[in-house]
Amino acid sequence: MEIFYSLLPELIRIVIAAICGAVIVFGNALVMGYAERKLAGHIMFRPGPMEVGPHGIYQLVIDGLKLMGKQLVIPKNADTPLFMLAPLIAFAPVFVPLLVIPFSDKIQGFDLDVGLLLILAFASINVLAILIGGWSSNNKYSLFGAIRSVAQNVAYEIPMLISLLAIIFMTNTFSLKEIAAAQSPVWFVVIQPLAFLIYIVAMVAETNRAPFDLPEAESELTAGFHTEYSGMSFSLFVLGEYANMFIVCSVATVFFLGGDSGIPLPYFEYTGIIWFLLKVYLLMFFLIWIRWTYPRTRFDQLMNFCWKYLIPFSLVNLLITVVMVKLL
Amino acid sequence: MAEQKKSLLNVHSYSKECAERYDGADLQQTKTSDGPPLIQMKLSDAIFDLCRANSLWPLTFGLSCCAIEMMCCGMARFDMARYGAEVFRPSPRQSDLMIVAGTVNRKMAPALVTLYEQMPAPRYVIAMGNCAVAGGPFAVEANYDVVLGVDKLIPVDVYIPGCPPRPEALIEGILQLQEQITGKRFPFPQNKMPEGA
Repeated sequence: MEIFYSLLPELIRIVIAAICGAVIVFGNALVMGYAERKLAGHIMFRPGPMEVGPHGIYQLVIDGLKLMGKQLVIPKNADTPLFMLAPLIAFAPVFVPLLVIPFSDKIQGFDLDVGLLLILAFASINVLAILIGGWSSNNKYSLFGAIRSVAQNVAYEIPMLISLLAIIFMTNTFSLKEIAAAQSPVWFVVIQPLAFLIYIVAMVAETNRAPFDLPEAESELTAGFHTEYSGMSFSLFVLGEYANMFIVCSVATVFFLGGDSGIPLPYFEYTGIIWFLLKVYLLMFFLIWIRWTYPRTRFDQLMNFCWKYLIPFSLVNLLITVVMVKLL
Repeated sequence: MAEQKKSLLNVHSYSKECAERYDGADLQQTKTSDGPPLIQMKLSDAIFDLCRANSLWPLTFGLSCCAIEMMCCGMARFDMARYGAEVFRPSPRQSDLMIVAGTVNRKMAPALVTLYEQMPAPRYVIAMGNCAVAGGPFAVEANYDVVLGVDKLIPVDVYIPGCPPRPEALIEGILQLQEQITGKRFPFPQNKMPEGA
């Protein structure tokens, strides 16, 4: 019983952090879904959703409810348990990385020593979900999409990790809070511009978004790995995708854009979250912008770009960083 | 100007015209029906119907020249996105609305029926253009290949005549479909666009 009382504050903290994580995941999906359709409209010189509420702001709520009301189709030859499991595996792990992201000095679930490793480990579960979904659908397009996704994500995780490793060598810690705090005079994007560029490219590929959305290329693969998913199971995949976008953009903010640093506001330990979210959503805006601007790459171009350019450049960058850290 | 244009948009719902043309008997044998939903609650039905009406995701599916008008409908000048209907899903599993835009051949018919059967339950069909409505210019003695009206294959909710119909007519058809789903006509347009847009 005493153990229980000593653990109680931690338990309450976990519950509150998990609730906040759920709010972020669903709120982020609503905001990003609306922003995506509205920005797509404006980029194509049309108004976008307009009639559902003022300027269509209820469009995503309406879409979500409609998807809930849709029939759930399970194909006859599908592997039913795996088929039902895949959307959950895509959706559930996104809550854990949100616990360690330092939104501001005081707003953080836990400050783990291995924060970055935790985020990368849980972010790569998404690949497993895509593979399971593609395999269990028993559909050739789903399977092709899943295979492409695995090849792409495994390849792009390497430059992503190495570019982040250069920062780790400079700060000597895996804790996200300390990394964010280490860039108080100068943001790491100034010191490590190459690592930042490589991370941005790898980030787009990791979240399977255009111009690297080969796993769901609709001109070749119908809808890729989620071809057979309807209704709520499809929307769980989409929720997972938007949450993953939020996570990779948060990591970019923490590692390169100074975390919550900005023009100091009153109660800066708490109000730092404003700057943090501003930077995250600017990066997300960038992701949407390039999605509706550039055409899709070919798959061999995609893989060549990773193995022949991104990985060597990130290794060189790492080497230079290590030498400079040793010398200075 | 707008009133004049409105009178030109002559869109027929699935009702008297269709029943008169086919006497019903021919249709009942061939069309597949979803039946009523298992659980029926008035309030939740009303809410879900409102949601379905305002987020009709069409299937990326065009058979011939009417599809050009359908694409035009999603572009800057007409913009179906205003009604939440611009999300053209490539997979039938994720779409609610099939716009049969063009001529249905005997060779295409099995694929069309398969696509319709792959769509999950609250699903709607718009027959766009004369060919999809009743065969159009192909309804002659010498015709050997064209299915005279897509409603011989699948149940159709809204018919849009025209060869091809203008994009405004397709938007009017979508508004008619919304009216059929919710039982209420949404004002057109709710948000006034600038003149000439």
